[in-house]
Amino acid sequence: MTERSPDIDTPKIDAVAAPAKPVPPAEEIPLLRIQGVSKTFGSFPAVDRLSLDIRAGEFFALLGPSGCGKTTLLRMLAGFETPDEGRILLGGRDIAPVLPHERPVNMMFQNYALFPHLSVRDNIAFGLKRAGMARAAIDTRLAEMVALVKLEGMEKRKPDQLSGGQRQRVALARSLARRPKVLLLDEPLAALDKKLRESTQQELMELQRRLGMTFIVVTHDQEEAMTMANRIGVMNAGRLEQVATPRDLYEAPASRWVAEFVGDVNLFDGEVTSHEHHRLTIATRDGGAIVVAVPRQLVAKSPVSVAVRPEKVRLSRPGPVSDAANAQPINRLEGVVTDVGYLGGSSVYKVKLDSGAVVRSSMANTARLDIDTLGAGQRVVAWFTPDDCVVLEQ
Amino acid sequence: MARKVNRLSPFNVTALALGVAFLYLPIMILVIYSFNASRLVTVWGGWSLRWYQEFFNDRAMLDAAWMSLRVAAVSATIATLLGTLAAVGLVRGERFRGRSLFSGMLYAPLVMPEVISGLSLLLLFVALNAERGFWTVTIAHTTLTMCFVTVVVQSRLASLDRSLEEAAMDLGCDPVQAFLSVTLPLIIPAIAAGWMLAFTLSLDDVVIASFTTGPGSATLPIRIYSEVRLGVKPEINAICTMVIALIAVVIVIASLASKLSSAKAESAAPL
Repeated sequence: MTERSPDIDTPKIDAVAAPAKPVPPAEEIPLLRIQGVSKTFGSFPAVDRLSLDIRAGEFFALLGPSGCGKTTLLRMLAGFETPDEGRILLGGRDIAPVLPHERPVNMMFQNYALFPHLSVRDNIAFGLKRAGMARAAIDTRLAEMVALVKLEGMEKRKPDQLSGGQRQRVALARSLARRPKVLLLDEPLAALDKKLRESTQQELMELQRRLGMTFIVVTHDQEEAMTMANRIGVMNAGRLEQVATPRDLYEAPASRWVAEFVGDVNLFDGEVTSHEHHRLTIATRDGGAIVVAVPRQLVAKSPVSVAVRPEKVRLSRPGPVSDAANAQPINRLEGVVTDVGYLGGSSVYKVKLDSGAVVRSSMANTARLDIDTLGAGQRVVAWFTPDDCVVLEQ
Repeated sequence: MARKVNRLSPFNVTALALGVAFLYLPIMILVIYSFNASRLVTVWGGWSLRWYQEFFNDRAMLDAAWMSLRVAAVSATIATLLGTLAAVGLVRGERFRGRSLFSGMLYAPLVMPEVISGLSLLLLFVALNAERGFWTVTIAHTTLTMCFVTVVVQSRLASLDRSLEEAAMDLGCDPVQAFLSVTLPLIIPAIAAGWMLAFTLSLDDVVIASFTTGPGSATLPIRIYSEVRLGVKPEINAICTMVIALIAVVIVIASLASKLSSAKAESAAPL
């Protein structure tokens, strides 16, 4: 019998691991205030009277389709573009007249913009030398940065001797070396392949948490924004459509545009017909009467859309269902499966309703051998609860 | 991308040989006859370095050669400075009004008949009552060669990623420091190539130099031209051979420099 170490008998209580995404308290004074900022190129309004507060230590993502003005906004924060209107306050100070090289803000460029004539070492040390740091201090910081992005042994290489992932790390180290108050990242992962992108996302999040720095990342990839950011600002045509946590953005989109842009959605257009017991009944063209939970903010205008995410729509074979089994009424739409897309972990079903409209449903493939799968041509009931619905103005 | 290596077909070989012969046969003959021992240009009298010796004892010829080298070096240097500034202004500057007119005017000397440039410069110098000599030729050559430098540097600058300078500014450089520490090292090969191009153009020129030069300051091409009018001496062959050698060396260096420059440009491109 082996002797047991006393450690095992008295398990140590480790410090509770920090939550994956610590959200700073809302009442803090925001580090960065963007107030009514506009920028027009020729006659094209790239950014249109946009206001946004970003708190210290936040990982903020600006998400939007290309041409929505997100990069222009980022470049205004870096100082490469001057706002036509509005103010940008960093720590309470208006930084509009501050030139890029004097801002406590650094940027990681989309194509990395590494200096091809300088080694990895000199690229990373570039900003430190400009800041007039002592040689010894530069060496210390450099070693720290190289270790941070795991580029040990690469210091003497030139950028063209590095892989795409390594270049990305050099660019990151270079922009972090000066310890900026805010780090701006312009599509930081766009040039990486999928596997590398996923691991780099994790590394960026870890890095941001460890350094406690404020990150503002511009991306067109919603999964990337959802994974990394504490809060996401969705931009469309130079304006912010919604600023929310990833969860709220997905589960409570503020507009029809956001609901369609972020993730997949089924939309039913209709009119409110009755309002009783925390339930709204909406008469829709495609789905008949749909009962939904009363939204937090009452819908003012009557033509509305009911948005239901595909994974909230479940499919069953038609048969008698007792509503009494559920505490709430269930929306039931009958139709025929027309198409099944098998994605591995889940399958996406297209159901053609009797009204002619198509509803998408996404269901997890929980069983490996499923003898009861739904195939094309199968008549089904697509159902969802009132709480699964979001009511949006049209 | 891998370049496909094709075997040369007999047709290709013949075409190439004829082309090269057409271009270089006259020069070959000149080079060979520069080592001719005979006094008569057209009669072969065996190998000799006699005419090279003759040149190094010809005071007037040596002065002309020295004059040419000085003019070429000084005018190429001024042209490179001005041409680079013009290129930077055109590529990096704001889109100012009349920008395309300005760039068009900058390129005009490329296609302007040299006689016209020479004559107009002569009229200018006469109007200014400038004493014609070293400086007038140098200024004239600068106006001729500057646009070539601009073209070379401009194309290199245009291929440079703008965000490199922005990155430098982001990391604490003011615009001038950003240019000096990032842009300049990357366009130096193009600037060097431009200088060498300007140097050889100046060394070659007869027309503009003959309009703008004064007594006692003939450049080598002018000197050769006036000598040849009195009859071709074998010494001229020797001089020409040396000029060809000098220009060949400069051209090879210039093309190596621009090759280096474009290789760097490729590595600077993202991925």
